[in-house]
Amino acid sequence: MNTMTPLLEIRGLHIDATLPNGSTAHLLQDISLTLARGQVLGLIGESGAGKSTLGLTALGAVRGGAYVRAGEVRLGGIDLLTGGPALLRDIRGRRVAYVAQSAASAFNPAFRLIDQVIETSVQRRLMSKADARRRAIELFAKLELPSPETFGEKFPHQASGGQLQRAMTAMAMCARPDLIVFDEPTTALDVTTQIEVILAMRQAIREEGMAGLYISHDLALVAQMADAIMVLRHGRMVETGSVKQVIEAPATEYTRQLIAARGLRHAVQPERPPLLEMRGVTAGYGNVNIVENLSLVVPEGRTLAVVGESGSGKSTLGKVICGLLPAKAGRLVFAGRPLEPDMHRRPLDDLRDIQIVHQNPDMALNPRQRVREIIGAPLGRFQGLSGAAREAAVAALLEQVELKPELADRRPGALSGGQKQRVCIARALAARPRLIVCDEVTSALDPLVADGVLKLLARLQAEEGVSYFFITHDFGAVEALADHVAVMRNGAIVATGPTAQVLQPPYHPYTEALIRAVPELRLGWLDAVIAARKTRSQDAFPDRRPS
Amino acid sequence: MLVILAKRLAMGIVLVLMASALLFFAGELLPGDFATKLLGSSATPETVEALRRSRGVDAPALARYLQWLGGLFRGDLGTSLTNGREIAPLIATRLKNTLILAGAAALIAVPLAVGLGTLAAIFRNRLFDRAILVLSMVTVATPEFFFAYMAIAVFAVNLHWVPSISIITAGMSFERMLPLLALPVLTLVITSCAHMIRMTRASIVSVMDSDYVGTALLKGLPEWKVVVRHVLPNVMSPIAAVVVLNLADLVVGLIIVEAIFAYPGMGQLMVDSVSKQDITVVQACGLIFAATYILLNMIADLLAIALNPRLRYAR
Repeated sequence: MNTMTPLLEIRGLHIDATLPNGSTAHLLQDISLTLARGQVLGLIGESGAGKSTLGLTALGAVRGGAYVRAGEVRLGGIDLLTGGPALLRDIRGRRVAYVAQSAASAFNPAFRLIDQVIETSVQRRLMSKADARRRAIELFAKLELPSPETFGEKFPHQASGGQLQRAMTAMAMCARPDLIVFDEPTTALDVTTQIEVILAMRQAIREEGMAGLYISHDLALVAQMADAIMVLRHGRMVETGSVKQVIEAPATEYTRQLIAARGLRHAVQPERPPLLEMRGVTAGYGNVNIVENLSLVVPEGRTLAVVGESGSGKSTLGKVICGLLPAKAGRLVFAGRPLEPDMHRRPLDDLRDIQIVHQNPDMALNPRQRVREIIGAPLGRFQGLSGAAREAAVAALLEQVELKPELADRRPGALSGGQKQRVCIARALAARPRLIVCDEVTSALDPLVADGVLKLLARLQAEEGVSYFFITHDFGAVEALADHVAVMRNGAIVATGPTAQVLQPPYHPYTEALIRAVPELRLGWLDAVIAARKTRSQDAFPDRRPS
Repeated sequence: MLVILAKRLAMGIVLVLMASALLFFAGELLPGDFATKLLGSSATPETVEALRRSRGVDAPALARYLQWLGGLFRGDLGTSLTNGREIAPLIATRLKNTLILAGAAALIAVPLAVGLGTLAAIFRNRLFDRAILVLSMVTVATPEFFFAYMAIAVFAVNLHWVPSISIITAGMSFERMLPLLALPVLTLVITSCAHMIRMTRASIVSVMDSDYVGTALLKGLPEWKVVVRHVLPNVMSPIAAVVVLNLADLVVGLIIVEAIFAYPGMGQLMVDSVSKQDITVVQACGLIFAATYILLNMIADLLAIALNPRLRYAR
């Protein structure tokens, strides 16, 4: 094959989709790119930008309902869009492979991992079964999976999320394709798990010399994985260039905003008396305790951020405060008076004073209710408002969360992700609470949208004097909003104090591990991490659970 | 795994016991009396009372229940109220006939339904799928008795292909039984297939839409290989469950079909005994039906466990 031919060449690609209501959506418009062998291109953009649609075209695939209106996709000079199904079967798996976002659902639950990893190579008769197994075990070792010789004998449910994601990378690499499409491969993982996975993936890509399309909404992450970046928005290319060029000298306002999105800082505020005190709280499900003998204080009109990996007990604590999960032991003191553990036994005043905003606004809003009813219900129950007064209050609340009052007529299905989360915040505010439990309120949102929500929360606190119990795994959000931080691990608090103190050296070792795992938006950050790991002893955290 | 098995078995036994109590005491509550019915209107109160005493129904209900239950554990189903004969041998021949009918229906219905359901899933939203959908809706909505009488009207009365009643006797050869079985089997097959077809199709469609089937397609495997390697192993468990549950429903459908075709099986025996108010026979038949239903449900649960790797291999 001519070495001058680019590995992947996309020219003037337009992809449309027919929506259920009969109208046409433009998923991709006039996209062109070229990718050389061994090169990694990062595709970045918010949800709905067309990243995954573009990634799938490299495999000649389009999702149901979508179709190619114009353009061409060539892999090694072969046109994938006119080649027909036999050509696509030949290309897929052998020359270009796919790593999906959720490895847990991308593995067949009925088979052992190794049989799925070697399936392409064996079924397509590219290798003998014994050779393929040897290759798989070699890849497991390369991706730093535990006991690579026997790892493949596991069923998918027996491996952790981080392990499955690496196993999926091994599955893609097994048949030695020229190109791998990574579709948000670490989005579902914790930061500490994510860094293990990206380290392993990056080393494997380098050593195998494969090219990649790396899709993500996390610019800092893409900057570590890719040689070049393409920014997409609403199906159009915003800008493209080398990583250095894009992050150091962005050509467009949108890219500049993406880069600036992580820059919010919260000013130090004077100390305030406690609003909520938790003393020796123990809670859990059945006989299993998730948090044990835990004490924390949320000051009046201030924010306490609780950070930690999934499974550390953050959300459990939020449920205990709301009384959704009554504490088994310990005391809750709210504004100087004791709080009933069970919400069903709390007086109306206590219920009104403590509100919650959930992680996923899609699941927290009743899809059959209009925004007016969603926000109006707490207004009626807690403020006794009805008729025109309630209507006016709904409009005022919508304005307060920076939404147009006309949105009151809409149902959640007709709102964007950021708008939905603002409606959830307005619903919590409608009760005029003194404390809002915010459970990962920005983690389901795109960076710029999340940024807007954080700014809104900060403004509302300044105006209304409401306190936040802010559960998150995002240190950017902590720095943007929190006065105090508690770092949680395995149901206990390992570090707590004012934000400036906890997030500055000297760190608690676990806090440091969490902070260091967050990708930073600068060139060579990942290389520095690798270098630091080689010099430092590997077992700084002997009791850390394997990712 | 063994714990789940033991639990499920214990639950099955408890359910059968509960069914026996329900059958017994519901029988007690029925109005009317076998003795008055048997002896006719000319009977004196004394003869009625004497017959009742000879069958032992004058004892308190709870004592008779416990006695019945004790007999069941020894394999003794009790005696018929109307003729005083042992129930077990009476039921034995009837049960054999019923098993022939149910077995023949299941043998045809299961492969047919699973096959049609699979084809409907493969040709999803195309003409074949739509046709199967409409047909299955119609058959689901048609009661057994209606379909049975329609079948008699067409195949027996108009076309004279097969007889309209299906009285089979002991020692009848299989070839001679075949035409007699045709209509009852046809009725059972048609009315039990629809649900299995729909559920098979739904199970396969949900697996075909799963991420791992998408992964397999992006590995470049041909579609048939994806179906054989990735879809089938994962639909076995839901389909097995649906099939077994439908076999249990088939047992219920038997009662009506046997009565219509005068087929000498358990169902007809039960219906006859109800009209004679021979409660002990009704109870014995009811218990056998209930136990079959519970057993089949238990098999469905155990199959679901056996076919699920998450339960076979712990974390």
